Amino acid sequence: MSEAKETLLTGLVALLLFAPLTGVSLEGYGLNSHWQNPFLLAGMAMIGRLLLGRLRGLRLPAGLAEYDWQTRLQRPILAVVVIAALIFPWLVGKYWLNVATLALIYVLLALGLNIVVGLAGLLDLGFVAFYAVGAYFYALGFKYLDLSFWIALPGGALLAGVCGMLLGFPVLRMHGDYLAIVTLGFGEIVRLVLNNWIDFTNGPNGVRAPFPSFFGLDFSRHPMPGKSSFHQFFNLPYSSIHKEIFLFFLLFIVVCGMVYFVRRLRRMPLGRAWEALREDEIACRALGINHVTVKLSAFGIGAMTGGIGGAFFAASQGFVNPTSFTFMESAHILAIVVLGGMGSTAGVIGAAVILTVLPEALRDFAEYRGLLFGCAMVMMMIWRPRGLLRSRRALFRREQRAC
Amino acid sequence: MTGHIFAQQAVNGLVLGSVYGLIAVGYTMVYGIIGMINFAHGEIYMIAAYLTAIFLAGLTLLGLQSPPLAILLVLAATIACTALYGWSVERIAYRPLRHANRLAPLISAIGISLILQNYVRLSQGARTQGIPSILDGGFHLFASGPDAFVRLTHAQLLIVVTAIISMFLLHFFIARTAMGRACRAVQQDRVMASLLGVNTDRVIAIVFVLGAGMAAVAGVLVTLNYGSFDFFIGFVAGIKAFTAAVLGGIGSLPGAMLGGVVLGLAESFFSGFVNTDYKDVFAFSLLVLVLIFKPSGLLGVPEVEKV
Amino acid sequence: MLTVRELCMRFGGVMALNRVGFDVAAGSVTALIGPNGAGKTTVFNCITGFYKASSGQIRLRGQTGEIDLIAILGEPLHVGDAWQPGKLAHKIYYKMFGGAHLATRAGVVRTFQNVRLFKEMTAMENLLVAQRHRVDWRPLSGLVQSRRFRRAEAAAVERGWYWLDFFGLGEDGNRLAGELPYGRQRRLEMARAMCVEPRLLCLDEPAAGLNPRETRELSGLIRQLRDRHGVTVCLIEHDMGLVMEISDHVVVLDHGQVIATGTPREVGEDPLVLEAYLGISGEEAA
Repeated sequence: MSEAKETLLTGLVALLLFAPLTGVSLEGYGLNSHWQNPFLLAGMAMIGRLLLGRLRGLRLPAGLAEYDWQTRLQRPILAVVVIAALIFPWLVGKYWLNVATLALIYVLLALGLNIVVGLAGLLDLGFVAFYAVGAYFYALGFKYLDLSFWIALPGGALLAGVCGMLLGFPVLRMHGDYLAIVTLGFGEIVRLVLNNWIDFTNGPNGVRAPFPSFFGLDFSRHPMPGKSSFHQFFNLPYSSIHKEIFLFFLLFIVVCGMVYFVRRLRRMPLGRAWEALREDEIACRALGINHVTVKLSAFGIGAMTGGIGGAFFAASQGFVNPTSFTFMESAHILAIVVLGGMGSTAGVIGAAVILTVLPEALRDFAEYRGLLFGCAMVMMMIWRPRGLLRSRRALFRREQRAC
Repeated sequence: MTGHIFAQQAVNGLVLGSVYGLIAVGYTMVYGIIGMINFAHGEIYMIAAYLTAIFLAGLTLLGLQSPPLAILLVLAATIACTALYGWSVERIAYRPLRHANRLAPLISAIGISLILQNYVRLSQGARTQGIPSILDGGFHLFASGPDAFVRLTHAQLLIVVTAIISMFLLHFFIARTAMGRACRAVQQDRVMASLLGVNTDRVIAIVFVLGAGMAAVAGVLVTLNYGSFDFFIGFVAGIKAFTAAVLGGIGSLPGAMLGGVVLGLAESFFSGFVNTDYKDVFAFSLLVLVLIFKPSGLLGVPEVEKV
Repeated sequence: MLTVRELCMRFGGVMALNRVGFDVAAGSVTALIGPNGAGKTTVFNCITGFYKASSGQIRLRGQTGEIDLIAILGEPLHVGDAWQPGKLAHKIYYKMFGGAHLATRAGVVRTFQNVRLFKEMTAMENLLVAQRHRVDWRPLSGLVQSRRFRRAEAAAVERGWYWLDFFGLGEDGNRLAGELPYGRQRRLEMARAMCVEPRLLCLDEPAAGLNPRETRELSGLIRQLRDRHGVTVCLIEHDMGLVMEISDHVVVLDHGQVIATGTPREVGEDPLVLEAYLGISGEEAA
């Protein structure tokens, strides 16, 4: 088919697709007309089709794709990022500090999901369930058992990990796609239970979660009698931003630990086994690797990270309710992992920061967030399924004496 | 009295199950032919619900008064337009990934699902929409007193009858026509079928079109019956229909319908006799349990791994 | 070393294997031959635990006694098992944790007809994955890089280099497996199997797609594996030249049944075999 003909056909199909849904909108039982919309969209589809035809065969310049960004620039970039993170909280106000804390939570979650999806190749669509487990464990643990953050953090992680293992064990021995739908269902189950079990979780009204203490010192202006608070102990004037800064640094340390963990993992037998499972499960079994337990470990560690992220989320918001744990949240984290280039740590961190800060900076972006995430996911899969940068592999040298 | 409640729940469950079955057909056919879960299928159903309302409003504006004619026209238009959506989704998001690794089409499907949801939200608004009820009335069965009867509305009857007719048409298409034979051939062995001159790309496209068409029937019927919908209905309907497909044995057409009816009945009895709030939790738990204990479903054949 | 008795495999109504029985002697090279569709790969899949045989016995004899390769895949539970708690516990354990990997751990390692490498990983990483018994799996010692971890890792890498050199892949250690030329991928797959330290190495059409020179090299390598490393080899092969040259013992399958066994010479003169097999692909054998 000639290009012109195909472009026209694209336009025609696009017009038929867009006409009923964008050309009119439901208003009560009647219709409002926006007749120009379908034509605009169909025109865009035609232009897109033409551009695609032109771009086909065009690749990234070889030098750019082959250039080893990660080795050359690793140290300077790492230094810049750490210094920026250390200075940042002192320069900005409470609002942006909160945004940054949220971004770090997403970095943590995305690194956790990246282990599951990027390294082990298991599609987990209910990641938010483990996030919810961590958050609610802290909030409910405080409400009923008076648990402190420092107990709830490992406790929530452990509980989330156990949930992940219990869910994963039966499912992971089956065909890979089933895991995706079961986790999707599990995510909904958790949200529905949190929403409907009003006696225990307070339903849609949510539960309060207190702020973590600084090694036993709390951040209130007027502490309980007999206890001293942070600003009194360090002889500082009271400021409400202290606790936000504290949380930011705490989270920063956890994220750094996580980055180190993931980097080491890729050179450890466990991490290698995950990647091998992603590449070829049957070959792994033929090499004596128990695919179920190895997958389970990836799934469990991912779930634990989700639990940690959840506890931090509850602490930073001071309050949790089920609306924070919808499927859209799972999709958001998955989009970060996919756009960051599955498997690449640096890419995932970058994507997490950008995708969390952008909606705050641009209100319009937030409105179109879901649409753009969806488009980006499809396009990444079609054009660069392994991410924008190819991840660097470990190099092995021969021992000198072996010769 | 309990007998009536029981019978009423059975009727409701049958109606619900017919809808699940219609949507499940799309999952099961796509899975049978290319071995992937089409996550965007629930959204196709959601789009059909919107199209139903839009076409109905359009016909009312044009002054069409007769309900049967309106329903027929809306059904035809919605099926055509939804099928086009199904075809486009396959063409844009799945066909380029036919030889990619296992994860790519799944993620692409999630992407399409997000796109369709947000596309409808942006163009039609986030609020719940509705249509005027055009199918009133119904029958009172087994009436033995002023409150003791089983209610079967006209809309419910329409759902069951239409579902049965659609399934028969689909079965006829698959079993008797040349295209249906090609579909079965591709399902058996894609490489061999293509060597024998079957255009596998076209067969796969046909399967997506058929699946979307069946989902469209479900969308029209549900909208006529319940009257209200929003841009998020595809999500839950999608998971439940997938549950039905797995329950019946994924890859099997009669299995999809059977699974739908079983799931519909189970859900209906659960919400009637146990708890309404947790009926979705019950359905999802059923999915997990079936996958653990009988992954091949009621009518499916166990998968043999190709080494 | 390996004993197969009365092995049957049904797929739906099709009898893919019908009472197959043969032995593989320790230290031998045994070839499994037969026309396409005779069930050779199915036998392999049963031996290596990828298929659960419908009935029959597969036993592997080793230093530690006999291992039942069917039991470790998880057998169906019967009502009668309730009376034998020990047996039941065993069955449940293998149902939950059993599978092909246990066949490998028992010493049976295979390669695949259509090469299955970890394509996005380097050749050396492919070999390291195979040495699961040699490396230190504990996450903590890997995180802090304990001395034991580093020592185990170094030993595994050294072992990897040894096998890379053995198969003539010394230059390719840090290249992505998927980027290697086809012949090298085949050899890398064998190197990877050798890293598991198998007692019985099962090669599924190792010469498929290789040119004559590569095939000659391959036969030399297989012989070295047997003579120098004491590995028992069982292989499926269509290249009759290779089979006649290196195998000590040949098993001929046709329509899921063993029709002849013996030395290459004996089998080559068997009229049944000539009819079923060599008659079909006579030019291939020449």
